This record gives sequence, C-alpha cells and structure tokens, in this order.
Amino acid sequence: MKRIFFPAFLAFLATGICKNAALADTPQQRGFQVYRQVCSTCHSLDQVRFADLSGIGLSVADIKAYAASRQVPDGVDDDGDPKTRPAHLSDLIGSPYPNEAMARMANHGDLPPDFSRLAMTEEGGAARIETILRSYAPKPADLVLPPGSYYNTAFAQNHIGMPPPLHDGQVKYVDGTAATLPQMAQDVSAYLDWVAHPHSMERTHIGLGVLAYLAVLTVLLAIMKRRVWKRVKGTGS
Amino acid sequence: MNEPNTPPTGWLETRLPIVSAFRREYVDFAMPRNLSYLWNFGAFATIALGLLIVSGIFLALNYTPSPTEAFSSIETIDRHVASGWLVRAIHMGGVSMLFVALYVHMARSLYYGSYKAPRELLWLTGLGLFILVMIAAFAGYILPWGQMSYWGATVVINALNAVPLIGPSLASWLLGGEGLGSVALHRIYVLHFVTAFSIIGVIVLHVAALHVTGSNNPTGIEPKTAEDVVPFHPYYTTKDGLGLCLFLMVYAALIFFAPDLLTLANNYAMANPLVTPGDITPEWYFAPFYAILRAVPSKLGGLLLSAGSLAVLFAVPWLDRSPIRSARYRPVLRWALLGLFLAFIALGVAGMHKPTGFWLGVSRLGVIYYYLYFLVLLPFLPRVEIPRSLPATLRGEGA
Repeated sequence: MKRIFFPAFLAFLATGICKNAALADTPQQRGFQVYRQVCSTCHSLDQVRFADLSGIGLSVADIKAYAASRQVPDGVDDDGDPKTRPAHLSDLIGSPYPNEAMARMANHGDLPPDFSRLAMTEEGGAARIETILRSYAPKPADLVLPPGSYYNTAFAQNHIGMPPPLHDGQVKYVDGTAATLPQMAQDVSAYLDWVAHPHSMERTHIGLGVLAYLAVLTVLLAIMKRRVWKRVKGTGS
Repeated sequence: MNEPNTPPTGWLETRLPIVSAFRREYVDFAMPRNLSYLWNFGAFATIALGLLIVSGIFLALNYTPSPTEAFSSIETIDRHVASGWLVRAIHMGGVSMLFVALYVHMARSLYYGSYKAPRELLWLTGLGLFILVMIAAFAGYILPWGQMSYWGATVVINALNAVPLIGPSLASWLLGGEGLGSVALHRIYVLHFVTAFSIIGVIVLHVAALHVTGSNNPTGIEPKTAEDVVPFHPYYTTKDGLGLCLFLMVYAALIFFAPDLLTLANNYAMANPLVTPGDITPEWYFAPFYAILRAVPSKLGGLLLSAGSLAVLFAVPWLDRSPIRSARYRPVLRWALLGLFLAFIALGVAGMHKPTGFWLGVSRLGVIYYYLYFLVLLPFLPRVEIPRSLPATLRGEGA
C-alpha cells in the first residue's frame, strides 16, 4: 500500500507546487530574485550549490540559466593565465569577489558576511535580518557617525557598515508583486531562512512519520509487556 | 523460571559455545523481579552509543580533518550528501541522549547503592566509560571547526597547560605543531574515533562485571529465592523494549523538531582565531564541570576542583560506610542525595552563564555541597543515621 500511496502523495504535492508557481512565486522565490539582483553583488553563498535552488521550487531551466550567467575559476590556460567558465549546477554559488582581500578592499575593509548560515548565526534569525533591512532612516543632523557607516536604528550604536541596500521598486518581481521595501525585506529574509535551514520541511515530514511509527510500536509493546508480566504473581502490573 | 533446557551439543557448541552462552546470559539470566524503569537507562545508553558509532562511520566517510576544509565538509554533509543532514542530526542528538542516559544511570546507582560490594568494579568500569565518553564528546565537538569548536578547545588546552609539570608537554603532545591547527585537528579526529571504539571494549568489561554480580534492585537487598527473580527474557526484554520506544520518541522529537535546541548557533560560523566570541559556553553536558572550573579565581585551583569532582567518584564505594545499599531505607541520606542532584543541576545552569554575581555564588555553593556530600556526609552519616527496617524478600515488591 505504501508503494502506491507515496508516489501519489508526491504527485499531489508536486501539482500543488506547480500550480502555485503558475499563479504566484513563494516568498522564498521572490527573496531569491532580490538576492540575485541586489544582495549577491556583495554577499557570498559559499556553501550553497546552484542545484540546491531546486529546494525553493525553481525550475531546472531557470537554475541553469542563472548558473550560466555566473563565471567560476577554471584553472589556467595554455599561457598559464587564470581562466574562467560559466558555472554548472554542481558548482557552489560562491562569492562575487575573486578573493577575500578584494572583497575587503571593495567594502571599506569589512568583509560582507556570507549568507549560507546567516539566518542561524545572526541572533534573532531571519526576523532580525528583516528588521535590520527595514531600520534604515535619515541620520539626525546632530549625530556624527564613523566614516563608512550608515544610520540604522536596529543597532544599539545606531549604525551599520552596509549602505541601505533596498529601495522601493528596485526589482521587478516576476509574479507582479509590488516590490516595496518592506515586501523585499520580508522576502529576502524568507529566502535566507531557507538557505540556513534547507531541509526543515523534509525534517518535519520524516519526523512525523518516525514519531507515528514509534507511537504505534509503544502501544503494542505496552500491551505485550502487561501480558508478559501478568504471569508474575504479586506485582502491580 | 523457564523449563531447564537440555544443553545443545551441535558442531558449533562443542567448539565455540556462543549460543548457549547467549541463552545463559540474555534469555535465562536471573533478574530481580522488582526493577523500576530507572534500570532501563543502561540499555538506553548502549543504544544511543550504537547509533552514534554507526552514524559516526557515515559522517567520517565525508569529513575532511583539515582547518581549511573541515567546516565546508560538514556543510557539504548537511546540504549535499544524500540524507547527510539526517545522519548528522542523529549523531548530534545522540550525544545529548547518551549523556542524559548516563547521568540518570549514574544517579540511579548513587541512589540505590549499586556501587557497593560486590559491585565496585561495575561502578569503576562505568566511571571509566563516562570519562571516555567525555573525551570523545570533547574531541568530536572540535571537528566541525566552528567558532565554538575552536574556542572551546582553546579553553580546554589552556586549562591543560595550567597543570604543573606535565601540562605543557601534554598540551604540545596533543597539539603537535604550534597552536590549534592542521596537525592538532588531525590528532583530535583520530582521538575521537579511537576513544569511541575503545568505549565498546570497556562496555564489554562493564557488562561482564554486571553478569557476575547480577543487577542491584530498588531495595538494595540481594534476591534470595527463586520467587525473587524472573528470567531476563521475556520479562526485561519487554520492559526494556517499552522504555526504549519512549526513549527513541524523545530522541526523535529532539532531532526532528528541535534540532537547534542543543547546538550553539555560533558553531555555524567558521573558526576564526582572530575573533573571540563574546562568551564561550560549553555544551550542556559539560556545563557542571565548566562551572566548577570557573568557581575559584585560580586557574590551577579550578582545574583541580573540576578533575577532583570526577576523581572523588572513583572513591565512592569506599567512602560510603553504610552497609545498607538503597537510599530508600536511609531517611537522612535520601535528602542529602537529592540535595546533591540539585547542586549538580544548579552547577549545570551556572555553567551556561557568565561567572559573575549570582551565578558565581551558585557555582561556589554547588561545589561546596558536592564535596561536602562525598567527603563528609557519605563517610560519616552512617554513624548518626537510624535506618528504616529492610524487607525480608523481594516478594511483593512492585515491578
């Protein structure tokens, strides 16, 4: 029965996802669009492969097109000069900079944090990232900030090294959602949450199955144990 | 009891009698009839260890022990290796489940006097196992090469360096080259699985010792008649099996629904020798010993107290002067022992906080009571305590 049930269940799930995709993108898919067009000019995804993006329901064709738009190092050519090639699905998405020194040089000496586990390591998780993105404001006239930093009320010291990355209408969402700043901040944090916990859906599904199995087994063993122990006279159970 | 079985006389039996040995030790083996569910925790620990070893082998297949690649190899396991995230979750959750089982198992031994004659070797091999598990857990936690791995290891190596005479040589023997780097990580990796497999060997000794003396029981009196015992199978196979199901449900709930509860998020940032994290907190199972380490303002003093808190356990069978095993029949010791458990838990909570103000006070009170219990109460209480009368048999004791 399980063999019939399981593919049917998957097919049901898949049509559900495809239908959604036809109508509207998920927050994670929109967040990926913001990442691709805005964040990825400075921030790396050192641990995530292009192929992983199928986890948020992107089509293989879309992922291939994205990978092909990015160049990755490919050894040296016949003259010994470094060369590059378009990325494959199995390549890591990686950094927009060829190395750490160049990343620092382009960002006032700071290294833009890698996104792979940011929603986990940042205290407060994805919600905190959304708050930071929404907490830029015009600097009060009397406040003096350190050079290369920007006014942001999400921090105790009221500033951050990253220039305000998002503004209304910055990207044009494929599904027609209005790209307001709060919308983009919410979407990109949903995307980063998935990036940091790529298996959370699968984890919940398997977990429910395991717990249900063990619950049934517990009941059966409890019955068996009672029956066995009845033979011992003078015990409570 | 089952009908006595006619001894098997097959080809295998006359050469290597494993079938009859198994029957003797795991089917017909006489167990006290009144063991509570607290006697399940040894089996739980064994199962948790088995799952750790099996999952560990699969992790080792994909892990690279070098500072430049360790972190990303763990990320690859978590993200790209088929079911790698599940295997790693089983391994990480398994450590906590193993420590839970061991702490309950040890607390039960202390409460029911399972360390007293003739079970001293059972207690000593058990403590040996506990220390090996602590070494394996410490070494294993360094392997992902995250911030907490690196700085946790740094704290321990600094502590090791504070040991007079042998400390610095011991630390440099572990580290190999200069500081915590490539050579050290490789050694720690080897240490991790050598310790893990040594544990299996010591478990064999521990179980062998158990099968010589038989299990203690909640009354602490030895079974005397055939009425006092039941065969291991089917009585304790069903009882252990039921307990095991519940244990596995807690284990599954932990790894599937609260995977971040027992790991520090900081460890998902790669080790950076130039950036010290704000506060270095150990995993929960080391927290009581970490609190003891930091309870006094002297590095060496903290280390001695911390090591002493383990060393004193080895002397417990001889420190306890009372002929009565079970705390059930010792009205004063019973409360003193509950106080010890509370002190240990309080130390654990204190170990997760900065050692200042209130939590430093808690740590110090906890350490004082810990030593007071073992060095004063355990040896001298029997002189003043009036025990309750012991039952004559195990008959009528609930199972």
